[in-house]
Amino acid sequence: MCLAIPALVVALTEPDAALIDVGGVRKTISLELVEGIAPGDYVVVHVGYALARLDPEEAQRTLALFASAGELALPS
Amino acid sequence: MSQVRSDYVRPVDFKRGHVDMSHGGGGRAMGQLIEELFVREFDNAWLRAGNDGASVTIPPGRIVIATDSHVVSPLFFPGGDIGCLSVHGTLNDVAMGGARPLYLAASFVLEEGFPLADLRRIVTSMALAARDAAVPIVTGDTKVVEKGKGDGVFITTTGVGVIPEGIDIASDRARPGDAILVSGTLGDHGVAIMSLRENLSFESTITSDTAALHGLVAAMVAAAPRIHCLRDPTRGGLATTLNEIATQSGCGMIIRERDLHVKPQVAAACEFLGLDPLYVANEGKLVAIVPMEDSEAVLGAMRAHPLGRDAALIGSVVEDPHHFVQMQTTFGGWRNVDWLTGEQLPRIC
Amino acid sequence: MKYIDEFRDGALARRLSSAIAREADGGRTYNLMEFCGGHTHAISRYGIADLLPDNVHMIHGPGCPVCVLPIGRIDSAIELAARPGLILATYADTMRIPASKGLSLLKAKARGADIRMVYSSADALRIARENPEHEVVFFAIGFETTTPPTAVAIRQAQALGLSNFSVFCNHVLTPAAITNILESPEVRKLGTVPLDGFVGPAHVSTVIGSQPYEFFADEYCKPVVIAGFEPLDVMQAILMLVRQLNEGRAEVENEFTRAVGREGNVKAKALIAEVFELRSSFEWRGLGEVPYSALRIREAFRAFDAEVRYGLAYRPVPDNKACECGAILRGVKKPTDCKVFGTVCTPDNPIGSCMVSSEGACAAHYTYGRFRDIPVVASAS
Repeated sequence: MCLAIPALVVALTEPDAALIDVGGVRKTISLELVEGIAPGDYVVVHVGYALARLDPEEAQRTLALFASAGELALPS
Repeated sequence: MSQVRSDYVRPVDFKRGHVDMSHGGGGRAMGQLIEELFVREFDNAWLRAGNDGASVTIPPGRIVIATDSHVVSPLFFPGGDIGCLSVHGTLNDVAMGGARPLYLAASFVLEEGFPLADLRRIVTSMALAARDAAVPIVTGDTKVVEKGKGDGVFITTTGVGVIPEGIDIASDRARPGDAILVSGTLGDHGVAIMSLRENLSFESTITSDTAALHGLVAAMVAAAPRIHCLRDPTRGGLATTLNEIATQSGCGMIIRERDLHVKPQVAAACEFLGLDPLYVANEGKLVAIVPMEDSEAVLGAMRAHPLGRDAALIGSVVEDPHHFVQMQTTFGGWRNVDWLTGEQLPRIC
Repeated sequence: MKYIDEFRDGALARRLSSAIAREADGGRTYNLMEFCGGHTHAISRYGIADLLPDNVHMIHGPGCPVCVLPIGRIDSAIELAARPGLILATYADTMRIPASKGLSLLKAKARGADIRMVYSSADALRIARENPEHEVVFFAIGFETTTPPTAVAIRQAQALGLSNFSVFCNHVLTPAAITNILESPEVRKLGTVPLDGFVGPAHVSTVIGSQPYEFFADEYCKPVVIAGFEPLDVMQAILMLVRQLNEGRAEVENEFTRAVGREGNVKAKALIAEVFELRSSFEWRGLGEVPYSALRIREAFRAFDAEVRYGLAYRPVPDNKACECGAILRGVKKPTDCKVFGTVCTPDNPIGSCMVSSEGACAAHYTYGRFRDIPVVASAS
């Protein structure tokens, strides 16, 4: 449904906007819908607006969950 | 009183001038434009002779004729312009038939009001592309349409080439067991164009891959004369080309996503816009279908050539009455690579 | 691409695939609906069905705002675009939706209507600022993810006093659609469609949070796992649903913790509430009239409401009788159960909503998966 993409905030621009980078491609998007974003943060971008800040620790935790999936319920 | 030079003709003002209806009128203004721009830039004996058509000698053998109209917008893009694109495009069509390109013709439909500075830039670019390819533009035509009836400039190029003995390359020759090869990275041209489209623009260093491929083809054919199919995946991308060959040859195909090369920025731009690189246009790449036992030799020849450094074996032709092109995803599952539905548009959903 | 590539890793996919196969109870089936069209697209595009055991079925839900937009609303958009001097700004997704009289926005554009594809509502605002002598209408579609950007544009238009700008609002709501599915006779009473659980939308949830889904888990006893957008997220969510069902739980779990919290985006939600209010009813293509499922622009911003400004009258247009989209959207039927699937109705010539966008159940199956329908499948070398 809603195509959104995690993007690196490269720089804050005015007003309420940021230059973001995804894989080397850059675009200026709006920060009107979020707060407290700083360069170096990752945000989820949909139709030119950041909707949420991506939590790097949670991302790592989720990846670890994937990796551990194969380790549960080993045959006895 | 100063002497008036009786033979003085005011040169065409390429800096500030614009195309007007007189340039297509067949009269002096048109003759002058042709002389000072096209003949001067393309610079060969045929054009200097000033005839309506060019008289050429074709070596014996089967001939390939190909023609293409170019309506790309924007006219100038990172890595090229409509001029060199029109030269490369037709040279490539001739080369995909297995032929060595010999001559080109170029027709222009100019829109009234089009800046002559831009026209000269385009023609200079065409001249350079033709010179680099060692294929002269020997004849042409110019027409002017009223303002609003054209997109600046439309260019149609036609090319003629001769097929070397022993070569039989056609899109219906793919056979089960054949190898499918691609000469390089996918989606560069389409993304370069899209990066300039108003309302969709983004910053990147992606450039169009527009290039003449006949040199690469010659190297490939020298390595393995039994090549079955050659096709350049332009509009509609690799997916469309594979489906076309599959349908024409009456077979299916299996490819592996992990063997497709896509530049990181091209992949990123496609993510942004919801596009699939498989369907994005290329202007300097080719698909080759060759007997599997020749694939190593052909790949080697491709990778040794500047335009084929990123060449890869991406899959094989299979028996399939439904002519499906199936792809094993990097994820491990399978999906159809279907025909394109209309033009691929960006999406938000 | 960071936070994208890692979540598409094939090796991890195989681990998750084994885990699901191991933990799925061979004595039952698991019928899971992925609500969101983006998830439908991911499942098809990555071939996730191949990595699931036979007793885990994915049913494609109606979370595709393009698919559920009624023909009558497109007719209105075309009517607007046909007005002399009016510029219609739209997301490209709407361009090919077939409307009445064989038209679409793409065809209307070919006939001379000034229709411009934009990436963002901000682009529509810019077009209005740059063309003060033209009326500019922004064709707003989408679920709760896409609604806040429209709200921002309307507020900015008001602040700028942009009198030539308005919005044709077609924003719809996720919880209402889920309720509609769960309340449908087949699911609730007759038990014909066993619907065991939901994979919740990724980006809608960044805005509304995980809290709204608790109602469904409690009231209908169906587990919900909110999943991220990438294929590994979807598979992990499927594993979590399988576990919940095995353990007899019906809870809301969040797999997309890196972007979704319980409250969602408070700022965005407040903006939506400020600019929009609920319509008492709205027609969803394939589902019929659904109460309190869509938004319209509030009184305070009515100057920017295109429906009011241009006096648009909505004329419902029924779907083709042969179209099974309604049943397919509810998970009662599969695309291949529809008589016109793949013959008359194809992505090139869509008859109903499920074929209209690449995320619709029928379009996704046709484009990515129809090789599975055919018994004779070429074997991989």
